[in-house]
Amino acid sequence: MLQDSVQKFVHRHYSFDDRSAILESSKGYSEQCWELFAELGWLTVPFSEDDGGFGGLATDMMVLLEEFGKAMVVEPFVPTAVLSGGLIAALGNEQQKEQNLVPLMEGKLQLAAALYEADGRYNLASVSTIARRDGQDYVVNGGKILVLNGEAAKQLLVSVRTAGASRDEQGISVVLIDSDSTGVHKKAYTTVDGHRAAQISFTDVRVPVANCLGTEGEALSAVLSAVDRATLCVSAEAVGALDMLLQKTVEYSKTRKQFGTAIGTFQALQHRMADMFIECQLARSIVMMAAMKLDSDIPDEEKARAVSAAKSRVGRAIRKVGQEAVQLHGGIGITNELDVGHLFKRVTGIETLFGNSDFHTARFASF
Amino acid sequence: MNAAFTAEELQFQEDARQFLEAEFPKDIRAKVEQRIRLEKDDYVRWQKILFEKGWAAPNWPEEHGGTGWTAVQKYIFAEQMARFGAPEPVAFGMKMVAPVIYSYGNEEQKKRFLPDILASNVWWCQGYSEPNSGSDLASLKTSAVREGDHYIVNGTKTWNTLGQYADWIFCLVRTDNSVKKQEGISFLLIDMKTPGIKVSPIYLIDGTPEVNEVYFENVKVPVENLIGEENQGWTYAKVLLTHERTNIAGVPRSKVRLEKLRALAAKIADGHGGALGDDPIFKKKIAEAEIQVLALEYAELRALAAVSVGKAPGPESSILKVVGTEVAQFIDELYMELAALQSLPFVPDQFTEGFSGEEVGENGEAATALNYFNNRKASIYGGSNEIQKNIICKAVLGL
Repeated sequence: MLQDSVQKFVHRHYSFDDRSAILESSKGYSEQCWELFAELGWLTVPFSEDDGGFGGLATDMMVLLEEFGKAMVVEPFVPTAVLSGGLIAALGNEQQKEQNLVPLMEGKLQLAAALYEADGRYNLASVSTIARRDGQDYVVNGGKILVLNGEAAKQLLVSVRTAGASRDEQGISVVLIDSDSTGVHKKAYTTVDGHRAAQISFTDVRVPVANCLGTEGEALSAVLSAVDRATLCVSAEAVGALDMLLQKTVEYSKTRKQFGTAIGTFQALQHRMADMFIECQLARSIVMMAAMKLDSDIPDEEKARAVSAAKSRVGRAIRKVGQEAVQLHGGIGITNELDVGHLFKRVTGIETLFGNSDFHTARFASF
Repeated sequence: MNAAFTAEELQFQEDARQFLEAEFPKDIRAKVEQRIRLEKDDYVRWQKILFEKGWAAPNWPEEHGGTGWTAVQKYIFAEQMARFGAPEPVAFGMKMVAPVIYSYGNEEQKKRFLPDILASNVWWCQGYSEPNSGSDLASLKTSAVREGDHYIVNGTKTWNTLGQYADWIFCLVRTDNSVKKQEGISFLLIDMKTPGIKVSPIYLIDGTPEVNEVYFENVKVPVENLIGEENQGWTYAKVLLTHERTNIAGVPRSKVRLEKLRALAAKIADGHGGALGDDPIFKKKIAEAEIQVLALEYAELRALAAVSVGKAPGPESSILKVVGTEVAQFIDELYMELAALQSLPFVPDQFTEGFSGEEVGENGEAATALNYFNNRKASIYGGSNEIQKNIICKAVLGL
């Protein structure tokens, strides 16, 4: 049902040309599409019924994101609904949920989670942005990189250090900071795969202590879980995009003629497309495994391990399928005019997002 | 072939180093280091300095302005160039059309074209591929029909690199439709200012208009611009492609890029209190690339040794093309992995001359994904790596 509804949406509103026009627009995403997301109930998918959502199942998010991946949807679903919404759902009190999750699900609030720092690489415990207590306020100083949807977000969920040294697992808190606060400086940009993000600095930003989500200093495990769910989502998105790359490549090989015949008749190329198919199937399988584990009652560590397995393996599939799709298309595969190059860029972006294959392989091995 | 340089060779290495230190313009060097895209003027200015020194065309015969260097000297020079980040002379004139002109052109053509190529007075571009003739280049359809003292050229060329800067284009054109496809092709030089030529940019996924489509509509080309004999163009082009392939291994550049990568990795935090350069997985990847470059280097030296005893570069040059481009692409991946999340910002302006805004990332990190995307072309151009393997199968393995 969910799949059907996204396919209909893509058919009506999200052709390659529609998407190109959206990328060119000042916001970099379509507000009309976002409203439709809300109307169709997609923004409730990441949330439990208790929080007013559709159920919060990873298997549902996988279905949604896979279809987004095929069409290269750039609307900030993962940054706002999965990552930021997930943090609020996990850590927020009733008032914070009421104030944020309700408008979020109605499509009226854009959020962004600012979690990564320049010298922290993929380590979410590497937090040097300091929140110093001053009366009933925190005073925040530091900087974050690659804040997805950072430009449009009205509220930022920022991981800050309220105690301990820069890589301690304890002492990390998440605070809600209004984008318009004095001392918040955003350097916004488009990413290589057509999404919007920002590098954000905080200089003596005053935030009420009441804006802390959950118990002060205890936020890391919720951050890791929210990022794991976001990681599952972009992995599912990659599965959709990789399928599309394979499909486009097979189609092209049937129509592109060289040496008097379609290049798809060459066995050397056929085997490479068969390898791409194998990669796509393994990527889909392992993401499905991770989604089912996230929806089960196993300990958090096992869930994290499953997500890392998926992201690591999907990363390998991305390299292989992405590069082969371009190579088999030849020069046309790296031009702006064809969707193949854009799919290649999106999956390559996903490969890095929330940790690349090497990072997740090491994380998988560390449990 | 010796593993160590002689005293003379070491002296030459020092001379080359001193020359580059003194003469390679500091502003261009700074651009290269900051990964700012070079403009036409940068290339031309540097090539003219090389020309003044007499070092513009190491591969040309001495009688036309070559350096008369041994294969080892050429190798040393290329390595020093890479070390300073000095761009190789743009290949289309110096390395591609010039060898065809001095090998197959008549005396008048040599006099007319070679000095301007050597002195970088004229910028050349290539007209080979067509929308429907990529790997199957010989199926090209751009036609040149003889009418009196002219050919009338009609057709479309594509993947024309930097043609927006070019004064002249060398083209493969069809002059006979009635014979086997390879036998009806001619090699024609065309002034880009001739009426009927239109250059239209193709934007690549890194955001640059690096290549073009070039349209020819009833373009009148004097017959004296034909190189060699009519319908022999394919033979000439094949020789040219072999030259292109030997230049494609890029060993010095890959070595220098790996050294820089290692230095950067030693500085970049791994997020856990150490440096990325000490991360065993990343270390192993750099080592694998270095080993591959070493094997490639000695494969190239063996090929050069064969050339120095009088053999033409053979089908073995296909090895250099395949491995050279694949290792360069692997190094691109390592740079992207090094930059991690900072590889994701798409900020091409930041790498354009005159950018004065707020930068994202350090050490050109934000250029790494763009380089990775752009350089996927390397296994496609110059005869795709699949075509190189076909050549190995047919010409070497006898399959």
